[in-house]
Amino acid sequence: MSGRDQIPLLDVRNLTKYFAVRGGLLRRVVAQVRAVDGVSLSIGKGRTYGLVGESGCGKSTLGRAILRLHEPTSGEVLLDGHDILKLRRSELIDRRRRMQVIFQDPFASLSPRRTVAQIIREPLDVHRIGTAAEREERVIALLDDVGMGAEIRDRYPHEFSGGQRQRIGIARALALEPDFIVADEPVSALDVSVQSQVLNLIAGLKKTRGIAFLFISHDLAVIQHVSDEIGVMYLGRLVEHALVDDLYAAPKHPYTKALMSAIPIPDPKTKRSRIILKGDVPSPMNPPSGCPFHTRCPDVMEICRSVVPATINVGRKDLPHHVSCHLYS
Amino acid sequence: MQADTQPLLSVRDLVIEFTTENGVVRAADGISFDVHENETLGIVGESGCGKTVTGLSILGLIPSPPGRVAGGSIRFMGRELVGLPDSEMRNIRGRDISMIFQEPMTALNPVFTVGNQMTDVLRRHRGLTRRQARDAAIEMLAKVGIPVPAKRIDEYPHQLSGGMRQRVMIAMALSCDPKLLIADEPTTALDVTTQAQVLEQIAGLQSEFKMAVVLITHDLGIVAETCRRAIVMYCGRIVENAAIERLFEAPRHPYAKGLLESIPRLRRERLDELPIIPGRVPNLLHLPPGCRFAARCPRADALCREQSPALVPAGPHGDFIACHHPHPGQQAEPAA
Repeated sequence: MSGRDQIPLLDVRNLTKYFAVRGGLLRRVVAQVRAVDGVSLSIGKGRTYGLVGESGCGKSTLGRAILRLHEPTSGEVLLDGHDILKLRRSELIDRRRRMQVIFQDPFASLSPRRTVAQIIREPLDVHRIGTAAEREERVIALLDDVGMGAEIRDRYPHEFSGGQRQRIGIARALALEPDFIVADEPVSALDVSVQSQVLNLIAGLKKTRGIAFLFISHDLAVIQHVSDEIGVMYLGRLVEHALVDDLYAAPKHPYTKALMSAIPIPDPKTKRSRIILKGDVPSPMNPPSGCPFHTRCPDVMEICRSVVPATINVGRKDLPHHVSCHLYS
Repeated sequence: MQADTQPLLSVRDLVIEFTTENGVVRAADGISFDVHENETLGIVGESGCGKTVTGLSILGLIPSPPGRVAGGSIRFMGRELVGLPDSEMRNIRGRDISMIFQEPMTALNPVFTVGNQMTDVLRRHRGLTRRQARDAAIEMLAKVGIPVPAKRIDEYPHQLSGGMRQRVMIAMALSCDPKLLIADEPTTALDVTTQAQVLEQIAGLQSEFKMAVVLITHDLGIVAETCRRAIVMYCGRIVENAAIERLFEAPRHPYAKGLLESIPRLRRERLDELPIIPGRVPNLLHLPPGCRFAARCPRADALCREQSPALVPAGPHGDFIACHHPHPGQQAEPAA
């Protein structure tokens, strides 16, 4: 989709992830939660794809399904053209060297019983990279890369603040020199003054190392700063995708517009009309017929209730802007 | 602090301490501010700055032990609340002063229906019968925009969505027509589109019920849109107290300025680097002797590292600041 590269680094095609809901005496499958429902996206080398949506829209599940941390139900995930969903366990572990993850909660994602050096060295140990001395050296270099000193190597995670822990998590993700990192809400547990420090660090890594990111966030303001292109998710589907500046200058989908207008602006002089959506997000166990957004959409039409809108390009051929909405078909 | 009207709530030199394994921590240290009738006052700051304990102390809800109000005064409608016996505090809590919390799932009791919990308050404070209380509760639920309130009233909290639960909390808090509502991060657990719904609701109800609101939040966007005045807290202290337009246009305390600049916000042009506040918040157990922000402050000098600045009036408009070297205000204001 990004057009410039012949083969994108990562190509996700029609990916679905359903979770079975079991109930009754026999624990039979009584329903399916369609967490990810036919998502296609591609990420070029060194590019950052921002994935935005509210809780329960399936954005984290999508990130995990791409890494096979959740086994996808169907679809393809091509890394350099090879489908990683077809790999056997042993092959997958080898391929995972190139794909890493940074989690949201720096308090839950670092083992409290390991020192900083052990945490960062673990991927090197698992993949048997270098000698012991080389691994030690690498740990110090990684700490330096994320702006921390070598003197902390023997300390434990509980001694650090949220922002520092997140830096340690990032150093661990960098240890194997991956081409691609899924960053799942990496700053949402942090205080504002620390958020920007970590965002700058991630933006810098992308620039200096050419790492591609899938950056997952619920916050349109955060995601704008780090992304090249953005996909907006609602109830398991991508409803809009565009280059970052296009999306912010001219959002097309009514959901994207509502999401943008809902962000409080830190300037008391800005007065604007806010689109207040009615009601709540429907359950992904029982998604509405037709367009998934039609129950809350301010521009809903008759067709939206019955027909799922196709994804069309409303931008230029070389600068695509994809939207799934009947208003544009 | 404004002489013409008696403030509804007046907090002076409030000190709140917690005893921990490693020593005594002052979570709030010398907090002073006023809240006037119908006013919305924001208290902003990052985690651990003392904004939540300040809110809790007004309702006498500091868990004790390990916490205690170690000094200062909280006057509400001329009555001193610090040291008030619990039996008397209970008459004020929920009737004259109400609170809504960040996490509606933990603030509601999971084993009672919504109606059960709402009528409790109404029967205690307004002396209604069971039937009257039920009708009043249904009316309140309708006011906060709960669809089919007569049915929802018999449901349990887990049957409601997050936005709906927070609305139930609001309905409960407002059911006795309080004079003051303390809202502690009321929308932090909600999605932005739901947050927009709930904030609109609170604003509408405030003008209908004519109550004052103390809104505690880390989100400066919410403060800008809902408050008339705001207090910025750092490390247990108030660093700046200013009218909202002034605070956002020309923040005077370097921390307030840094905080405003460093929030990720929608921008027309993307920046290469987001502005940051270097360093991090000091540990409350090992506070520096001088200004608590000095180590991160671009304007700090020897004086700041030695002597803690007091909170003093700034300008003629009821603003306050605690800084040895504040940024100049937007206009040449006569020295107070």
